[in-house]
Amino acid sequence: MQQCNLQTINITRNAVGRKTREMLVIALLLACSLVAVLTTAGIITSLAFEAFRFFQEVSLFDFLFGLEWSPQTALRSDQVGSSGSFGAIPLITGTLLISAIAMAVATPLGLLSAIYLAEYASNPARAIIKPLLELLAGIPTVVYGFFAALVIAPMLRNTGETFGFVISSESALAAGLTMGVMIIPLVSSLSDDVINAVPQTLRDASYGLGATQAETIKQVIFPAAIPGIAGSLLLATSRAIGETMIVVMAAGLAANLTANPFEAVTTVTVQIATLLTGDQEFDSAKTLSAFALGLLLFIITLCLNVVSLKIVDRYKEQYD
Amino acid sequence: MIENNDFAPENTIISSKNVDVFYGDKQALFDINLNVAENSVTALIGPSGCGKSTLLRCFNRMNDVIPICRVDGSITLGGQDIHAPNVDVVSLRQKVGMVFQKPNPFPKSIYDNIAYGPRIHGMTASKAELDEIVEESLKRAGLWNEVMDRLDKPGTGLSGGQQQRLCIARAIAVKPKVILMDEPCSALDPIATATVEELIDELRERFTIIIVTHSMQQAARVSMHTAFFHLGNLVEHGATSDIFTAPKDERTQNYITGRIG
Ligand SMILES: Nc1ncnc2c1ncn2[C@@H]1O[C@H](COP(=O)(O)OP(=O)(O)OP(=O)(O)O)[C@@H](O)[C@H]1O
Ligand SMILES: [Mg+2]
Repeated sequence: MQQCNLQTINITRNAVGRKTREMLVIALLLACSLVAVLTTAGIITSLAFEAFRFFQEVSLFDFLFGLEWSPQTALRSDQVGSSGSFGAIPLITGTLLISAIAMAVATPLGLLSAIYLAEYASNPARAIIKPLLELLAGIPTVVYGFFAALVIAPMLRNTGETFGFVISSESALAAGLTMGVMIIPLVSSLSDDVINAVPQTLRDASYGLGATQAETIKQVIFPAAIPGIAGSLLLATSRAIGETMIVVMAAGLAANLTANPFEAVTTVTVQIATLLTGDQEFDSAKTLSAFALGLLLFIITLCLNVVSLKIVDRYKEQYD
Repeated sequence: MIENNDFAPENTIISSKNVDVFYGDKQALFDINLNVAENSVTALIGPSGCGKSTLLRCFNRMNDVIPICRVDGSITLGGQDIHAPNVDVVSLRQKVGMVFQKPNPFPKSIYDNIAYGPRIHGMTASKAELDEIVEESLKRAGLWNEVMDRLDKPGTGLSGGQQQRLCIARAIAVKPKVILMDEPCSALDPIATATVEELIDELRERFTIIIVTHSMQQAARVSMHTAFFHLGNLVEHGATSDIFTAPKDERTQNYITGRIG
């Protein structure tokens, strides 16, 4: 058998510099991604730490299940009557009420516009409407906020008066409606992606059997897209729950425990914002409660995001 | 005038006359004159991009879905112009069904896949009637024995070959006259292919089948007539045995001997 001359086939590493450079690049990339990870970790730690201090003064049970929210602690520590009530339930119901109103607006409008864009719109129409919708997403939330407070709320109050309702000038309805408009583009662009991900072959199958476009959308495309749409709706809900500016300006500060959309309510985010703005003693229960609320909010939206991303991912896999 | 239409079977069901197809400015088919015999299997063969799928999609007006596509000339089904203003494309597609290259069952149960067509066309008055159509279609597609005890399971859970037979069953459930098949076996393994080919052979008795295939062996095995296309032209059309043993055109000769393709 012929012996191959191994010396002629060089597979040893000759340029040491290349290897080192490779390592350097990897280290740099790793460092950059660590910045984001470490920041997140830092935020969570500080949230958890301050929240822990809060729970040394107020019991977890009272916080989670208390029906009254009035963190009227003393401004200075030598004042008397320094204890407040820290029941988060009114804030949570307020948040849910406003989010529910927002989703009630954004779900049908966002979904139907996504169906129109994905299935019916001609290319020129799509080229105009899609950027316009995305423009809606680019409006700063503070602009939505004063729009809600200065336009929507008075309008609602006047309409309410003509029909004999009392709608307070700050109401869950005004905030929810405006927030709903704000998240329409989120719902529609996510759903649009999901609908476009439904394979063309399924459409062909349906049209090939003689189905009309409406039948195809209703019976094939929509059912096939439902998991993905559910995922995008959850994502939008989590956005609504975390939204602050609109509710600060339009929903009010009164921690009413109510399901009436015509009344003023307040939300977790509004309370955090008001608790931490202005001069505060940093270790009073009042200030610390903001961290507890922040942690609560973080956990809720994290769960929603994880669940919705899981759903969307699983849905995408199904058609790969 | 009609130069490539020397072959005219006596029982023509679909006939195209001077059909030109354009995608935007690009012409994909040139003056196609083709007569398809009823209750037979006609194979469309030719190199990739020569317009076989395009022609197939003309027969049930699936090209309507593509905005840039324009079809000129006349196509008749049983003597009726399928582009006539009084023709309902929904009924046309009920009469001219289609099976695609990649099996594409709906993400629904096996039962609902088959029942989809009959339901949208309102073909049945009762659940019992629908059950009957589902069973009959699955039987005819040779799938009944494999799926009868799991009709409520998703159609996407079947094997590739089973899925393709499910798609065939779905197509025959609306009782079409013609079934168009665009490379129905190209995504299947040899055994599944053999099953589908056997099925095509049986379906021939009740349906007219037009099948696009890249496999010359398949064309020879399943079809009675073969039409050869090249660069958007119908080059030759005739009895399959003639095309494969005594092609008249040099291009056909070259293609079937593997010199162009
Ligand atoms: N949707 C479309 N838009 C633009 N051009 C198209 C479209 N579909 C097909 N064509 C063009 O029309 C010509 C014929 O295509 P067609 O798909 O009918 O060929 P084919 O014979 O089926 O090929 P293959 O064997 O690869 O499936 C090709 O040149 C193709 O590029
Ligand atoms: Mg093709």
